[in-house]
Amino acid sequence: MSAPDLLAFASAVAAGDIEVIDLTHTLTPEFPTIVMPPELGQCAPFRMEEVSRYDERGLGWYWNNISMGEHTGTHFDAPVHWISGKDLANNSVDTIPAANFIAPAVVVDISKQSAANADYELTVADVTAWEKQHGRIPPRSWVLLRTDWAKKSGRDYVNMREDGQHTPGPSPEVVRFLVEERDLHGLGTETIGTDAGQAFHFNPPYPAHYYMHGKGRYGLQCLTNLDLLPPTGSVIVAAPLKIRRGSGSPLRVLALVRRA
Amino acid sequence: MTKPLVRPKRKDPLKKTRVPLLPQGVRSRTALGLTAAAAEGRFRLQVCADCAAVIYPPRDACPRCLSARLPFRDVDNRGTLLAETTIRTSTDVYFRERMPWRIGTVQLDAGPSIVAHLHGDLREGERTRLQLKIDKSGQAIAMALPAEDTPNMADDPQWRELTCDPKFRRVLITDGRTAVGQALAEAVSEAGASVVFVGVADPWKPFPGEDRLRKIERVEIVALDLTDTISVNECAGEFAARVDILINTAEYVRTGGIIDRKGLTVAREELEMRYFGLTRLAQAFGPVLRARGADGVNSAAAFVNLLSVYALVNWPAYGAFSATEAACLSAAQSLRAELRQGGVKVLNAFFGPLETEWYQAVPPPKVAPSALARAVVRALQQGQEDVFVGDIAEDVRARLAVDPKALERELGS
Ligand SMILES: [Zn+2]
Repeated sequence: MSAPDLLAFASAVAAGDIEVIDLTHTLTPEFPTIVMPPELGQCAPFRMEEVSRYDERGLGWYWNNISMGEHTGTHFDAPVHWISGKDLANNSVDTIPAANFIAPAVVVDISKQSAANADYELTVADVTAWEKQHGRIPPRSWVLLRTDWAKKSGRDYVNMREDGQHTPGPSPEVVRFLVEERDLHGLGTETIGTDAGQAFHFNPPYPAHYYMHGKGRYGLQCLTNLDLLPPTGSVIVAAPLKIRRGSGSPLRVLALVRRA
Repeated sequence: MTKPLVRPKRKDPLKKTRVPLLPQGVRSRTALGLTAAAAEGRFRLQVCADCAAVIYPPRDACPRCLSARLPFRDVDNRGTLLAETTIRTSTDVYFRERMPWRIGTVQLDAGPSIVAHLHGDLREGERTRLQLKIDKSGQAIAMALPAEDTPNMADDPQWRELTCDPKFRRVLITDGRTAVGQALAEAVSEAGASVVFVGVADPWKPFPGEDRLRKIERVEIVALDLTDTISVNECAGEFAARVDILINTAEYVRTGGIIDRKGLTVAREELEMRYFGLTRLAQAFGPVLRARGADGVNSAAAFVNLLSVYALVNWPAYGAFSATEAACLSAAQSLRAELRQGGVKVLNAFFGPLETEWYQAVPPPKVAPSALARAVVRALQQGQEDVFVGDIAEDVRARLAVDPKALERELGS
């Protein structure tokens, strides 16, 4: 195999032969963050304070100070985020090898099931059925869970009820299967969290966080535009901010797709 | 009989908004004792500690026995209107706009005679109740009312000039997610507010009482997140020119002292919601309120702060919370001086533990949200600057006046 031609790659991007699809929500103060019981610590929402706007605070320039949690908006979860990954090597955003920020992706579509049942759990059977159609999931791939949840907003998106949040996610078995049998790179979801809304009640609680981060794998959440991706063949560029000992970070997630 | 107030028409957009003018307002330091009494809606005059003479105007020595011990004390406010005058012309720019203006001399049963502003239903020779009020410049003046309440009494123009009555005014309740916010929305609606804007943050999060809140008459829900500068500015951009009374119902109650809290996450949230929230509201709504202090029947009238009484002295069981409340009180004092330039009052309502979830482990007495709401509305109707609601707040206030150190020590044990 000859050396990859990066210039040809850049030309293909410029020409649109390789499409760049933005999987990122805009960072806004209104975008919901995960909700913990009020007596626990909370993830800070995105906030923006104007430093100056061509005014007496700075005549010729406009800029802002921003603040947010590591898990605000479209964001990346590092293994150290979960207790199961706390002792792994290279488990925080600043120490993850940079090459891991570029990886192929497959898209598993459970949007119909999720529309019918907000608590839909992705199963091993769903994945094996997908593989019958599209082939075995290549090792070190992102598995992106398409639920079309990103098309919802406000109350429907968060879907809080008296017994908590109701959003689709993976079952404990399928996370183990993907990590152990398919060497998954990470799981990407459209919802707030890689786990289902009711995953606190699963065994183990929050299985995606527990199994993936326990094996040093990553998470992407609050993604959008997954409906624009093909089931196979896309490449994800997702590089979190280099925060010392950071557990995650808001980031820009890009998908590279060969134009059909 | 007072002519009932007519709900003001929508403003003619071609008409200039009148600049708020203030009555003359310099008093001696001693005379500020009257301001202190008026701020809380009390009738207090100097009473000589040596010869018991009731003294007016305020002095530094007793005119009867020359004693310098002249503390302000609650005094019987009943008397008789001896003489009245109607002022029809004045070179004073404030009063020129408000002519005719009635003043008169009241002979108090307690002794002194006092020149007072007169309620329209009071006539020469009649019995009267005298009240101390804060005028637009922040100074105490005396207002003589009929001995018994009369119909539509609160609609008297000279009275309304001294009060912040919600009737026919447009009110913004900044946080409708709290029990207190909901109780206040109901109370100001009942008091005749023409619109009750109620701010709701994070509309994606359901909250208890929401259905009921939406059903309160004249309530309009608006997007407002006090922890978000952009949200506060956007809300002000849309509604500030139509807000005559702003009631900040933001609350953030958590237990624990300064050491007990691990890290600053909670402290930051607390400050974001309370101190910075107040600052955001002041910056976004303050300039418009201040410019509309003389804008007719529904002029801008008041900015209301709900403060824990532990803003005045720290309660270590809720120690970090108390510190944040103290910051809010200090900011409110600055805000009061800043808004006074526009004739807009700052009302601070102090209260002890509330009958709400965050004070669950605190034994009674606790203040019900509805009681707090009623007290705030009443204080607005009276034009007060400070109100202490409930036994605990009253007690803290009284004991601070006597021995603040003893109270500090007791709260800390
Ligand atoms: Zn004396």
